[in-house]
Amino acid sequence: MTVAEVFQEISAADFFYRNRDIAGFTSPSRSIYSTIRELVENSLDACETGGIPPDIYVRLSHESGPLDGPGVYDLRIEDNGIGVPGEVIPSAFGQVLYGSKYKLRQTRGTFGLGGKMALLYGQITTHGEAQISSSTNPKQRITDIGLRTDIQHNKPIVLKKKTRTNGSHWKGTIIEFKTEADYSRAMPRILEYFKQTAIIVPYANLTFVDPRGRLYHFTRGTTVVPPAPTETLPHPHGVDVETVQRMLKLTNAKTLQEFLRKNFQRIGETTARKFLLYAKLGSKKNPRNLSSADMVTLVSAMKNYEDFVSPDPTSLSPLGADLLATGIKKELGISDEDVQNGSAFVATLQRKPATYSGFPFIIEVGIASGKQIETQGKILLFRFANKIPLLFDEASDVSWKVVDQIDWRGYKVIPGETPLAVFVHVCSTKIPYKTVGKEFIADRPEVEHEILNAIREASRNLRIYLSRREHLAQEKKRVDVFEKYLPKMAQFSTKLSRAKKEPDIKPLLKGLIKYGVEEGEEEPE
Amino acid sequence: MVSKKEKKSRSKGVVKERKDHVLSSLEQLGGQVYDQLAKKEFPTVKMPSRSIANIIYDDKTRQYILGKRNVKRSARNVRHVRPFTQLLWTAMFTDELTEQNKTSTLRDVFYSAQAYEMDFQDQQESDNLITDLETVTGFSREDFNVFPEERSAIFGDLTVEYTVPGYEGRTLNLSSHPDGVMIGPALTTSEFVRPDKKKVDKVIAIEKGGLFTRFIEERVHQRFKAVLIHTAGQAPRATRFLLRRLNQELDLPVYIFTDGDPWGMHIAMVIISGSANAAHLRELNTPDAIWGGVWATDIVDYKLPSDPLTDLDLKRLNELEKDPRYAGGLWQREIDTFRKVRKKSEQEAFSRYGLTYIVDEYLPKKLKLKSNES
Repeated sequence: MTVAEVFQEISAADFFYRNRDIAGFTSPSRSIYSTIRELVENSLDACETGGIPPDIYVRLSHESGPLDGPGVYDLRIEDNGIGVPGEVIPSAFGQVLYGSKYKLRQTRGTFGLGGKMALLYGQITTHGEAQISSSTNPKQRITDIGLRTDIQHNKPIVLKKKTRTNGSHWKGTIIEFKTEADYSRAMPRILEYFKQTAIIVPYANLTFVDPRGRLYHFTRGTTVVPPAPTETLPHPHGVDVETVQRMLKLTNAKTLQEFLRKNFQRIGETTARKFLLYAKLGSKKNPRNLSSADMVTLVSAMKNYEDFVSPDPTSLSPLGADLLATGIKKELGISDEDVQNGSAFVATLQRKPATYSGFPFIIEVGIASGKQIETQGKILLFRFANKIPLLFDEASDVSWKVVDQIDWRGYKVIPGETPLAVFVHVCSTKIPYKTVGKEFIADRPEVEHEILNAIREASRNLRIYLSRREHLAQEKKRVDVFEKYLPKMAQFSTKLSRAKKEPDIKPLLKGLIKYGVEEGEEEPE
Repeated sequence: MVSKKEKKSRSKGVVKERKDHVLSSLEQLGGQVYDQLAKKEFPTVKMPSRSIANIIYDDKTRQYILGKRNVKRSARNVRHVRPFTQLLWTAMFTDELTEQNKTSTLRDVFYSAQAYEMDFQDQQESDNLITDLETVTGFSREDFNVFPEERSAIFGDLTVEYTVPGYEGRTLNLSSHPDGVMIGPALTTSEFVRPDKKKVDKVIAIEKGGLFTRFIEERVHQRFKAVLIHTAGQAPRATRFLLRRLNQELDLPVYIFTDGDPWGMHIAMVIISGSANAAHLRELNTPDAIWGGVWATDIVDYKLPSDPLTDLDLKRLNELEKDPRYAGGLWQREIDTFRKVRKKSEQEAFSRYGLTYIVDEYLPKKLKLKSNES
């Protein structure tokens, strides 16, 4: 039984409500974390699409119920993104499986589902409605809409709709609704989420006002927004029978060859012809009349044909080495001077695009060391996927596996002592999550390999840095020893020999700093 | 009170003379370092190496001594500058002690250093520094007025004259207290008043406190004209030094009585030939002292009640057998006998024949020994 068949029996909204566990809405504490996360990510996407440095404001206030357990909370999220046109708002926020995220490009959400689940969860648990305000143009009026979802029929119900003047020339979206939450339990994760988001989105201002009235503000370190990803056609290696079937239904191509050329990237006249020969399918065949058997042949040939050019990576939106360094430095509290004078180390890099199963991906890593990092007795690993921090199930993640298997001693790292943070960012049109919970990445050999090489490359200078630190610390320690003991020698020997004046030892100390000290065992004569 | 005649005949200022030597050796060490610093040189100091390879047995003095190898401490070396400074501090500290006639314990040295921010890592480190100072100057820590905890005692018709502050010139007869007199700093730094040979003509060192008390009760000091010394196990250095002085300054033969086991035998040996730990020091041993018993052959001859030797005892015997100090005939014979009979007996075992048997029968026989060469 396929998902599509289930949809025919119950509405999509109903289906997702019944299966809310898979989307991360298991308990009141997990749900508020997922809610904030999904809506913040939608807002970030809305800003980045327009090339706008995000200003995100989140406020969670307590309405009723206990403070140290599940209660009713009011959540408000404001962004300065591209906004949602008034006529689209009901569907965009009140209808599951409606959205702009079907095409292939790197975005944070996968199905445009999370944000709607958040609203749906709020509606179910509090019987409240969502208030949406949005403006797509600073010169036009703001639309305010009160909204619920008819879960049984997966339809938005508009409770009220009005427009008002946009005196402050505002553009963006505001969402406010009530939802059940257990903030006392979710707090550590939520704060960690904001902190790590501030690293991976260093061009965003993030503000969070929590139910206890505390304000957490993460200031951007740059206004440079990486270019928005371009939309691309799917690569033949990365499609399944279901997708091809849907594409065949919609196409207006007359021949199979034309269908391939128009619907897939990296396929031109020649490639299409060669491929169809390989697949033993007639190039003049009408794509609409393809038999089920032919369709399976087509898709499996697509998977196995090795002469397609690699997928187009322009659909990816990596952060870039510079921005990653900016994010790391600002959130760890490492200044440029710290890096220059050698008291801290930050190295970031971006690998060349690679592919797994027809999906392009790019690995970016950062390595940081310095007293600004609290060691906690182990190497700190920060994992990101498509600019989302991954906070759960670290030990199951491929990055953890890689970090764990590296012999860090080779880089002069003393595990548990040397403060070291490793940042791994996986960008892909399809992140290979191991589970639907989107919290950890499967150990695909291609991905694992790229992560390993990236960390190794970024760590190359770490060894030099740590050796230098070690050397400086030792040299300082040695000179300290002399600075402590030589004056005492002068004092004691003066007293012992009944001399009147202490000898001047300054020239000796100066010589030490200049020429270094001697080291060795007692030498027998 | 001491008679005028006795006062004249006391051993002439041995203690005072030694103290002057000690002070000048410390001053010399300080002067050497001072001169090098004044010349803008990193000071160095040389001393005999105390590594095992440099500890050799000297047949002439019949004790362990240090060989010819030296080590150099250089203030230029990061590993040396700290112990070198600690050495100087220790010298300065003991210089003050000696000059002011004050005494101190090893524990004191450890804590006093902290006042000068001369942090010693642990007691061991500060003890080692004292040993360094001993090695550099050739004097023992007791000469610097640094004493270990006291546990040893002396009893007998011998008069000493104190040199410690507040007691200078005062005398004490060592039979004045029936428990014996503790061998502490004051006693160690006393001058002896030469005794009348008719009253005192030997020294008896006893390992165990019980027997020491028994000997006093049985008036051994009078019956055998002996000064009695309780070593309380392995004799402390101050006691060994005192035994040597009694032997050398007053020409008194020294007899040692220990338990009849490898450990007791070695207590006697350390008094006679010194220890490897103190190879850097001379004049702590009494080469002519005589081990009177309890011998392994005594266990057989006197049919003493005994315990079987343990594995540890046997292992110790193997070690002692190869030790150059045990090369003499008596020692090898006793080691053999211990091995053969596999038995050991305590000094108290003689009580089997009555409480006074050891004094009435055993002791007179043993005090006829002229040496351990047999």
